[in-house]
Amino acid sequence: MSELRALLREWRAAAGKRLPPWSSRALAGFFIVIGIVLPFGFGSASGFMNATIIALAYAVMSLGLNIVVGFAGLLDLGYVAFYALGAYSLGWFGSGFFFKAQVHVLVSKVASTLPGVHLNFILILIAAALICAAAGAVIGLPTLRLRGDYIAIVTLAFGEIIGDVAVNGQSVHVGGGMTLTAGNLGISAVDAPYFPGIGSFGLLDLRPWYWLIFAILLVVLFVNLRLRDSRLGRAWVALREDEVAAVSMGIPLVKTKLLAYAIGAAFGGMSGAFFGTYYTEVNAGQFQFGFSIFILAMVIIGGLGSIWGAVVGGMVLGYINNYLIPDVLNTLPSKLGFNFQLTEVEFGIFGFLLVIMMVLRPQGLIPERRRRLELTAEIAPADAQLAEAPGTPGGAA
Amino acid sequence: METTTISPIPPPVAAHPLAAVRRYFGRWGLIAALAALPIYYGISDLTRGYQAGYVAGHVVMHHDLSKLGFNFAVGLSNGAIWALIAIGYTLVYGIIELINFAHGDVFMIGSFTAVGLWGTLGLGLTTGALGLIGGLIVTLIITMLVTGSLNVLIERVAYRPLRGAPKLAALITAVGFSFILQNVGLLWRGGSPQSVNDLIRTQQAVFTIGGVPIQRGYILAFAVMIPLVFALTWFINTTRAGRAMRATAQDPEAARLMGINVNATISLTFLLGGMLAGAAGLVYALYETNVWYFQGFKAGLIAFTAAVMGGIGNVRGAVLGGLIIGVIQALSDSRLGPQWTEAVVFGYLIAIMVLRPRGLLGEETREAG
Repeated sequence: MSELRALLREWRAAAGKRLPPWSSRALAGFFIVIGIVLPFGFGSASGFMNATIIALAYAVMSLGLNIVVGFAGLLDLGYVAFYALGAYSLGWFGSGFFFKAQVHVLVSKVASTLPGVHLNFILILIAAALICAAAGAVIGLPTLRLRGDYIAIVTLAFGEIIGDVAVNGQSVHVGGGMTLTAGNLGISAVDAPYFPGIGSFGLLDLRPWYWLIFAILLVVLFVNLRLRDSRLGRAWVALREDEVAAVSMGIPLVKTKLLAYAIGAAFGGMSGAFFGTYYTEVNAGQFQFGFSIFILAMVIIGGLGSIWGAVVGGMVLGYINNYLIPDVLNTLPSKLGFNFQLTEVEFGIFGFLLVIMMVLRPQGLIPERRRRLELTAEIAPADAQLAEAPGTPGGAA
Repeated sequence: METTTISPIPPPVAAHPLAAVRRYFGRWGLIAALAALPIYYGISDLTRGYQAGYVAGHVVMHHDLSKLGFNFAVGLSNGAIWALIAIGYTLVYGIIELINFAHGDVFMIGSFTAVGLWGTLGLGLTTGALGLIGGLIVTLIITMLVTGSLNVLIERVAYRPLRGAPKLAALITAVGFSFILQNVGLLWRGGSPQSVNDLIRTQQAVFTIGGVPIQRGYILAFAVMIPLVFALTWFINTTRAGRAMRATAQDPEAARLMGINVNATISLTFLLGGMLAGAAGLVYALYETNVWYFQGFKAGLIAFTAAVMGGIGNVRGAVLGGLIIGVIQALSDSRLGPQWTEAVVFGYLIAIMVLRPRGLLGEETREAG
């Protein structure tokens, strides 16, 4: 096994030398094209298509959480709060929920005749990102003086409070007979995304949804890659590795940490807004603690701090959760003579994956290069060279 | 993510002129925040009164403190259960600085085990008093052994292999185990709360103090909690193994050099924490007369809040924190509505973290500031 790995490393190092410098861009372009044409290979409303869309949206969330947990090393167990806030941004600004208001910006003809606040989906995305960034900074504030696991608890408490407010928001009046949320009844009849020239998205043809979330993923991915190699990205990693040393080197602690929370939250909010319109409902029952752990599991399984790991982790768990468990393996326990369905214990399965991953392969599926160096005793010569060369962008494994 | 990131306040902050003010404000601010709710409701009950029921279609208003007293009775007895769980958190955190997320679910398994054992032993509503007491004591002992061993097993499987790894890793496996245990509970007793036999007639009042009926459940909670806490403090303070625990909590490396078997000591700590969680599980099942696979998650968070409030790593603090949190919960349940209780408790948790991260009785520990 280790011989095989060494062989792979050698091969990769050799390939890195032989390929021309534009090869990575060509590869990226190739994958983007594959991603764009992929939906033509499947039924326009098939279960697989649905699972792919959800998996891509999970990947966006996973990328967001990866900034907080992976880059900055701040364990966030309340990420579901940003899913909730993003989804509620859509519920508030893209439905008839605030029925006393009459605001219409760039929406379809049908929606512009309805009461309520109706904004274009792109505007809602921006609003969701801004709201979540603000909320992320707010939750970041009390954690600034705290240590690792205390941060986890504060964020967890924050996530639970947001979840409670979502459930109990029915009894919080915001004036004019309107309430803050619709609780477990859910805000239904939210607007589908509408773009001039394309029209409104329907649920019979899932392809536009796919392209939309694919585009969002590409944007978020690009921002992530640029952030990682930026001054801010290096500051995050420095804080993660040694807070005291980083601060004495002049890294502004407050600003850097708050930016990590804010940016990570913004991506979660964007994905949440997409989920809101895709599920055509914003229901308080969606925002459970388990979801925070689910997203965390994606980041961990992919490899903490690794961008490609976060994408892969999000996609893998997305497919497991929405395709493999409900569609393929659900009846497995009953075939084996047990009296339950696999969907009932899905969080137990993720918990098991977390434990196994941490014990057997703590660096994740696609580890960040720096972390791999920390965690594996045997360091391949190629990796050691890369780690020493300061100019190379790390982690593009 | 190395242990070094988990350092206390960085030097620039500590040197701030406001630091002294903040330290002073921290303790008293927390105490003020804790006292605010009962004082406010006490004054409100006395001046504005509260509805005490209907007589001939008219609302009867009372102007006394018996409603507050009732809240305190409910809260303190609930708090006794939280205290037992909180001690488990505090012991484990004190010795390996890990938030044992699975602890609440060990408590849940304790409840389930106890309820299952009643069935096996044939304890029912018709069992005589002597048989009931004997049966419950047997159940208590077996439940404590089961949850204690479960906790040791979790430590062996999920935490020990990660002893040298970054702290985050162990925390994540703890969360993972919490989910696994929850699903075990889900498969064991289904997804909705199950009512269990009210073996001790928990709501029956034994005597009344100042208009507050003291129910059997309250007495049970304290009758289990107080001896166990005394036994635990005796164990930690006087026995050789207890001394080893304290030494390991202070400095594992030095303890190892002094010939203490650190791994065995840590296992012992998990055993003790798990046993107390099992006792809490039994009391909870008798007191609430229902069990649910999700009870452990909520209870775990509440108990953790209690442990942090008292000062994590400190057994007396955990008991104090548990009782305080219980009272806050009871006040919120009866005044604001139970749907807000969780948010109130977590709001307090965040307030503690901001005002005084080391809690009411917390000392400066190895890393805590």
